[in-house]
Amino acid sequence: MTELLIRNGFVYDPINKIDGEKMDIAVKNGKIVEKIEGKRVKKINASGMMVMPGGVDIHSHIAGAKVNLGRLLRPEDHYKDVEPRTSKTRSGVGYSIPSTFTTGYRYAKMGWTMVMDPAMPPLKARHTHEELNDTPIIDKATYPLLGDSWIVLETLSEGRIDECAAYVAWELNATKGYAIKLVNPGGLEAWGFGRNVSNIDDTVPNFNITPREIVRGLCKVNQLLHLPHTIHVHTNNLGKPGNYENTLKTMQCVEGLNHNNRPLIHITHCQFSAFAGNDWRTFESAADKIANYINAHNHVTLDMGQVVFSDTTTMTADGPFQFILYQLSGNKWINGDVETETSSGIVPFHYKRSSYVHATQWSIGLELALLIKDPWKILLTTDHPNAGPFIAYPKIISWLMSRKAREKMMKRINKKARSKSLLPTIDREYTPYEIAIATRAGQAKALGLKDKGHLGVGADADIAIYDLNPEKTDLNANPRLIRRAFKHAAYTIKDGQIVVKGGEVVKSISGRTFWVNVEAEKALVETRILKEKFAEYYTVQYENYLVPEHNLAVSAPIQVHAEV
Amino acid sequence: MPIVKNVTCPICGTFCDDIELTVKKNKVVDVKNACAMGEAKFLNYSDPHHRNLNPLIRRNGTLVETSWTEAIKKSAKILAEASYPLLYGWSSTCCEAISAGIELAEEIGGVIDNTSSVCHGPSILSIQDVGISTCTLGQIRHRADLIIYWGSDPYSAHPRHLERYTAFTEGRFQPSEWKRYVSRLRGVIGKKKLERASQLALMEEFSVPPITGNQFPPTLETEKERKLIVIDARRTHSAEFADYFVQVEPNKDYELLQAMRMLVKNEELEVEKVAGVPVGVLEKIVDVMIGCKFGVLFFGVGLTMSSGKLRNIDAALALTRDLNFATKFVIMPMRGHFNVTGANMVSIWQTGYPFSVDFSQGFPFYNPGETSAVDILSRDESDAALVIASDPVANFPRVAAQNLVKNPLIVIDPEKSATALMADVVLPSTFVGIEAEGIAYRMDGVPLPLKRVVKPPKGLLSDEEILRRILREVRKLKRSQRRSNA
Repeated sequence: MTELLIRNGFVYDPINKIDGEKMDIAVKNGKIVEKIEGKRVKKINASGMMVMPGGVDIHSHIAGAKVNLGRLLRPEDHYKDVEPRTSKTRSGVGYSIPSTFTTGYRYAKMGWTMVMDPAMPPLKARHTHEELNDTPIIDKATYPLLGDSWIVLETLSEGRIDECAAYVAWELNATKGYAIKLVNPGGLEAWGFGRNVSNIDDTVPNFNITPREIVRGLCKVNQLLHLPHTIHVHTNNLGKPGNYENTLKTMQCVEGLNHNNRPLIHITHCQFSAFAGNDWRTFESAADKIANYINAHNHVTLDMGQVVFSDTTTMTADGPFQFILYQLSGNKWINGDVETETSSGIVPFHYKRSSYVHATQWSIGLELALLIKDPWKILLTTDHPNAGPFIAYPKIISWLMSRKAREKMMKRINKKARSKSLLPTIDREYTPYEIAIATRAGQAKALGLKDKGHLGVGADADIAIYDLNPEKTDLNANPRLIRRAFKHAAYTIKDGQIVVKGGEVVKSISGRTFWVNVEAEKALVETRILKEKFAEYYTVQYENYLVPEHNLAVSAPIQVHAEV
Repeated sequence: MPIVKNVTCPICGTFCDDIELTVKKNKVVDVKNACAMGEAKFLNYSDPHHRNLNPLIRRNGTLVETSWTEAIKKSAKILAEASYPLLYGWSSTCCEAISAGIELAEEIGGVIDNTSSVCHGPSILSIQDVGISTCTLGQIRHRADLIIYWGSDPYSAHPRHLERYTAFTEGRFQPSEWKRYVSRLRGVIGKKKLERASQLALMEEFSVPPITGNQFPPTLETEKERKLIVIDARRTHSAEFADYFVQVEPNKDYELLQAMRMLVKNEELEVEKVAGVPVGVLEKIVDVMIGCKFGVLFFGVGLTMSSGKLRNIDAALALTRDLNFATKFVIMPMRGHFNVTGANMVSIWQTGYPFSVDFSQGFPFYNPGETSAVDILSRDESDAALVIASDPVANFPRVAAQNLVKNPLIVIDPEKSATALMADVVLPSTFVGIEAEGIAYRMDGVPLPLKRVVKPPKGLLSDEEILRRILREVRKLKRSQRRSNA
C-alpha cells in the first residue's frame, strides 16, 4: 500500500476544528495516520495549497432506472460534451446526465470522493447497483424510496410502527440501501391514478393516511432502527408557489420526536420548497421564513438545490410534479411509475437568467445558504441534475465565498427578480472553513459517516488538495481563482491512492458501495408475513427481488442494531 | 429429484421469473409454469444436433474444430487488425457480457449495435423525440381497467403476458377479466364447433364472424371490469380474447392514431372512415379511453415496423401523453428478446446511447441510419464483425448479409445458427439462464437474475468469459504492436 505525506498545506478540517493551520497529513493503508516515516513514503508538497477532506455529496442523481431513462431521452445533451478514452480512463458523454464512467471521473477531478444517489425504486435496486458498480473512483450509497410503499402505508395507517420498522429494515437489507427516502409522501401513490395530494394533511386516496402521518411514522422508524442518516424528505407540493408553508409544517411535524438535540429530518433541495406567492405571477422567495425557522431549531438539516443557469434535465420520483413541469415547459416528458412503491418523471429544462421565476429560484438557493447562520445545517448541492449539473459546484462555491461574484451575476439576471432579491442586503461571505463544512464535513456528519468528511487519525484517506493560497490571495475579490481551483483539484486522493493530479485522472480505482445492514430481531418473523403479501403485491418472486451482496462490486456494509 | 424454483425464463421480454425446473442428472426433465416456448427451450436446449461443443475455425473453406487458445487468438487478431469492425447482437445474453462487449468495442474503435436497431429501434427514436408515459407491469396488473394491444399478438409472442400482467391477473384495484373471458370463450367455442361441422361438410374455408364492424359492444362503455381491446391489421389469436377487435387497414396505423388524437382533443373528423374504421366506432373507443381510470397501450413490431415506422410511434406516444390530461394512461413497447431492454440499458449508462454506438473517434457517437448495423453492412463499410446471441444471416436484408459474411466473421453462440455456419471463427458458449448466471432486464426495465440450474458441457465458456478473453488478447496484441513500432 502507498504511504503518503502531504506537507505544509493549509488544512481545513472542520470536524476536528482545524481552520487553515499549516500542517502535514500522513496516510498509510488507505487511512489517515498520526505520522509516517521512511524512504518509501511519497511526499506531496502542498505548500500554498488548501488541503480538505474529500468532497461528499448528500444528494445527486447519478445512477438508476430514472437517471438512465434521462440519458436515453437526451442524445442532444450528449453530443455537445464528449470524453474520449485515454490510457487511464474509459470514454463517455456529459453534460447534464453523464454516463457512469464520466460521472466518477468528473467528481474525482473536482476533489469529491463520495456521492449519494438519493432515489432508488426498491424493485429496480439491482439496476441502481449495476450503475454504481460502473461509477469509478468515488464511494457511493443509495436511498430506497419508501414513502409510498404500500406496506409502509398500511402498517403506519394501522399504527403498527414496529412492523413498519421491521419492514424498512428488511427493505434496506434487500435493496442494499442507506437511508429512508420520502418523495412527496402519499402523492406518488395517488399519482398511480393520475392524482396527487394537496398538502401535508390531505388523505392519500385508497389509503387511510396523511403525508403528516407518513413523515412522522418513518421518522420514528428511523429512530427505532438507529440509522446513520435521518429521514431524507422531498416535500409535498415541491415546485409550487406558496409551498413554503407546507415545508414549515413538514419540519414542525417531527419537532416533538426530538431528543438529544440531534437532527431528525433532512429536507432536501430546499430551494424548490421555499416558494411564496399564490401563482407564478406573484411568486417570490420565502428563503427568509425558512431560514428563520432553521436558525431557531436544531432538528433539521437542509441542502440547497442551487439553480445554475444552464440547459439541464430534471428528474425526480415526484411523478405529478414532473407532469406539471411538462405542462409548463412543453418539453418532452417521461413518466415511469413503479408498482407498489413509487413513480418518477423526467423533463429537460432550461434555467434562463432572463426569466423572473428562474432568476428568483437562483436567488432563493443562495439566500438560504447565506441567511442560515450555522453552516452545518445547510449543505451545498444542485440536486444534480435538477437545478443544474454537479460540474457547476465551483461556480456555486465562488458565489458563496464572494459577494463580488454574486453581484456580477445579479447584474445579468431578470430585472424584477433582481429588485426583489434579498441578496444585495446580505454581506456574508463564506470562509474556506465554512466551504469545507458545506461541501464535506457537514455532509458527512448529516449522513452519519464516521470515517468521511474529516482528516483525523483513523479517517478514510480521501483528500482533496486545491491550488489556492488563502494567505496570498484575497479570495473574496478573486472568484475566478476560486472557480479554477475547485474545478480542477491539484490532487485527489482516494483511499490513500493518488487518483487525480493537476485536474486529470491518473489512476482509476473502484469505489465502495455503502449500505446499512440492520439487525432487527423482529424482521425474522416479519419475513414470513411479508412473503405471503409479496405474491399479492409484486409481479416478481420474493427471492428474485433481493439484491445479493455479490451484485455489489465493492460492498461496504455498515452494521446497525435496531430496537425492534 | 431437486426442484429449482423461481427460475427466470430466457426467452421473451415477458421474462417470467416463477418457473420451476426439475433437474435429474444435470438435465432438466420437467418444467412447470412456463409457456410452450419456455418449456421447449428448457427441455431441448442441450440437443447436440443444435449446438457446437468445440470452437471452430475456417480452414480451406470448411469449419474445423480447434482449441480455445487458437480460436481466441484468431478472433483477437481479426478484431485488432480491422479498421471498422462491427459488434452485433447482444439481446439474448446477460448484461455482464454486454458490458464486456462495450469495453471491447471501445478498445478496437468499432461499432456496437444490438438487435433493437432492427426491432424497436424506431420506438426508441420516438421516445427521444416525444418522451414516454410508462410504468412497470405490476402497475397495470393492479390498476389498469383498459388494456389495448396494438400491432402485437401476445398470445403467440408473449404467451404469459395476459395472464401474468394484464387482462387475466388479479390486482389490488382491478379484478381479473378471466371469468368473463371463460364464459365468452365457451360460447365462441360452441359456435365454432357448430360452424366447423357444417362447413367441413361443405369443404369451405372456415371463418369466425368478426367482432369488428359498426356495432360497438355497449358493455364496453358501461362495464366496470377490465376491458381488452386488440388493434391489428389481421385477426390475431389475441383478438379472440378481446372484448373488441379493431381491424386497421394495413399500413394505415398512423392515420388511425392521429385521428384518435384529434378526437381526444375534441376535434371533429369530417370523414366516414379512418383506416377502415368507421368514425362512429372510433369516437366510442376514444370515449372508453378517456373514461377509463387507468389505461395502457401495448404496441409491438406491427406498429414499429409497418409503414411510417417511428412516426407511428410518435403518434402513439403523443396520444397516450395527451390522454394524461384526462385520466391516467401509459404505453409500453412489447420487447422481444428477454434481455433486449438490458442491452439498451447497459449501453445507455456506459455510453449515453441505447444502440448503434460508434467508437471509431475514441468517444461514443450515435446516429442510427449511419451507425446502425444494417446500414453499415448495406454500404459495405465494416471490414470485420463479431456476432453474438443473434442470427443476422437469417434475418438481415440480403445485401447486408452478403457483406457481413464476405469479411472476417466471428460468432459467439451456443447454437448452430445460420450465421455460425457462415463464420470464420465460431466460439460456442453456454446458455445463459440455464448454464450460466447473469442479470437481465424485463420489458419494463425490472432487472432480474438469470440462474444457473445445470452445469454446462465441459470446455464451454460463458459469453462474458469469451469476450473478456478476446479483450485481453486484443490488448496484448496492441501492446506488442506499440512496442514494435517504438
